[in-house]
Amino acid sequence: MTTLTTAAVDSATMLRRNLRHALRYPSLTIGGMMMPITILLLFVGVFGNALGAGVGGPAKGDYITYVAPGIILMAVASGCLSTSVAVCTDMTEGIVDRFRTMGIARASLLTGHVVGSMIQTLISTAAVIGIAVAMGFRTHGGVADWLAAAGLLVLLTFALTWVGVMLGLLANNPEGASNTPLIVQFLPFVGSAIVPPESMPAGVRWFAEYQPFTPIIETLRGLLVDAPDGHDAVASVAWCAGLAAVAYASSKALFNRKAPR
Amino acid sequence: MNTEARQTAIHVAGLRKAFGEKTVLDGIDLTVPRGTVFSLLGPNGSGKTTMVRILSTLIRADGGEARVAGRDLARDPDGVRKAIGVTGQYSAVDGLLTGRENLILMADLHHLGKAAGRRAADGLLERFDLVEAANKTVATYSGGMRRRLDIAMTLIGGPRIIFLDEPTTGLDPRSRRTTWEIVRGLVRDGVTIFLTTQYLEEADQLADRIAVLDGGRLVAEGTSGELKRLVPGGHVRLRFHDLAGLDAAARVLGVTARDDDALCLQVPGDGGVRSLRALLGRLEDAAVEVGELSVHTPDLDDVFLALTGENENEKVTSA
Repeated sequence: MTTLTTAAVDSATMLRRNLRHALRYPSLTIGGMMMPITILLLFVGVFGNALGAGVGGPAKGDYITYVAPGIILMAVASGCLSTSVAVCTDMTEGIVDRFRTMGIARASLLTGHVVGSMIQTLISTAAVIGIAVAMGFRTHGGVADWLAAAGLLVLLTFALTWVGVMLGLLANNPEGASNTPLIVQFLPFVGSAIVPPESMPAGVRWFAEYQPFTPIIETLRGLLVDAPDGHDAVASVAWCAGLAAVAYASSKALFNRKAPR
Repeated sequence: MNTEARQTAIHVAGLRKAFGEKTVLDGIDLTVPRGTVFSLLGPNGSGKTTMVRILSTLIRADGGEARVAGRDLARDPDGVRKAIGVTGQYSAVDGLLTGRENLILMADLHHLGKAAGRRAADGLLERFDLVEAANKTVATYSGGMRRRLDIAMTLIGGPRIIFLDEPTTGLDPRSRRTTWEIVRGLVRDGVTIFLTTQYLEEADQLADRIAVLDGGRLVAEGTSGELKRLVPGGHVRLRFHDLAGLDAAARVLGVTARDDDALCLQVPGDGGVRSLRALLGRLEDAAVEVGELSVHTPDLDDVFLALTGENENEKVTSA
């Protein structure tokens, strides 16, 4: 067997292992989905009227149309947590030492985690989109717009999954690994997910406009609700690619260097 | 490769390892012939686990040479990995999977193929008495079951050299004996075992050769018989009915090693029939009545305590 096929076969074995974990213990995945769904119910069902009056543009008075792209992004960001916990649990338990003393493709452990987490995150994101549509989210986007949006979401999922891997490798225990991703989960709030940054105080507004999630939310909003902004789209792809590159390189270095316990 | 090299499973020369300022292994030399059990004995913190981690490719040595299964550890770690199996001190099983799924995971990673992998898994479940628990998640297993599964997972690729790092630490006596039987079975199949332990009885029971590691150096190496001959630990223990008897006997024999609370006297000697008869004759002549007599030949405990550092002894005996 060549090195490449060995790597593919071993990664597939690891992927089966991770999917089996996810199926047998779905609480982490479901828990990750609960946050965006709860926020959707709360902000649309409870605060919707008040918040809808405050947003401008085509979504004025129709709050779910404004907030749904932000919630969809939150669904992707939530996947970061279960990835981080799963990677950290593997690294702190003896099993990683067993894998390391076997003649298997070294990268397969992380590849299995990344592919498995991406599948989980994309499924839960699709579920959140379904719920948003059921609650009245109507888009003006065509098939091409939806495909572009899906492409962006897959790219973002890829980047944030690697961020989750990195946070899991950085943490000393699974408790720590479940804390740091909260930053990723809450960052969309201080962006354009819930309300437009223009409505925020000056300092916060500056942060909200320049943080990575805002152009991604605006691109999704552009594709699904009104005309997309080319500048935001370029910024989104650049942020995703940058985040993925940094997180991938850090994860690789951490994985190789980390003294196995 | 010459004959001697072919007969050698593990060869280590001048191996060194330090973590920061602390030297953990300070020039280790050892050779393990194929098909034998080699036991590394030492108190907590003596460097046993570090030794296993280096030889099983988990960490690199700072200096020295090591060949495992004829492969150079530094130049060909993947070659070493293909020949070895490792059961570490902490259980290396997937607690979220069932016992059978754990074994199949290993079979898949060894590329055994679907049918052969399942056959191997079922065979090991049978052999390690895990058939009933095969479809339960490992999180529900007892310590002994986990350990058996752990060793079974190590065996699935048919490794010729197996590292067992403190395989019975924390196990109850029955599970410990089961583990010993497993090890003996492996040796019958021609597998080489590198075993670390802090239990002297375990080394005595299993090992062909024993090396005592203390403070990063091998302080003794040999068969258990050879090691026992290193220290004069043999003595005869006499117990008396009362303090007067103890006093009288101590006077007659000129012995100072006495325990007043237990009314016991410890007389150096090998416990041979001739010397015993002479000893009892002297006591009878002095009209001292002996309540009880027991003969102690030196055991590995005596060797261990004599060879390893003073301050570590307490930990070992209390373990």
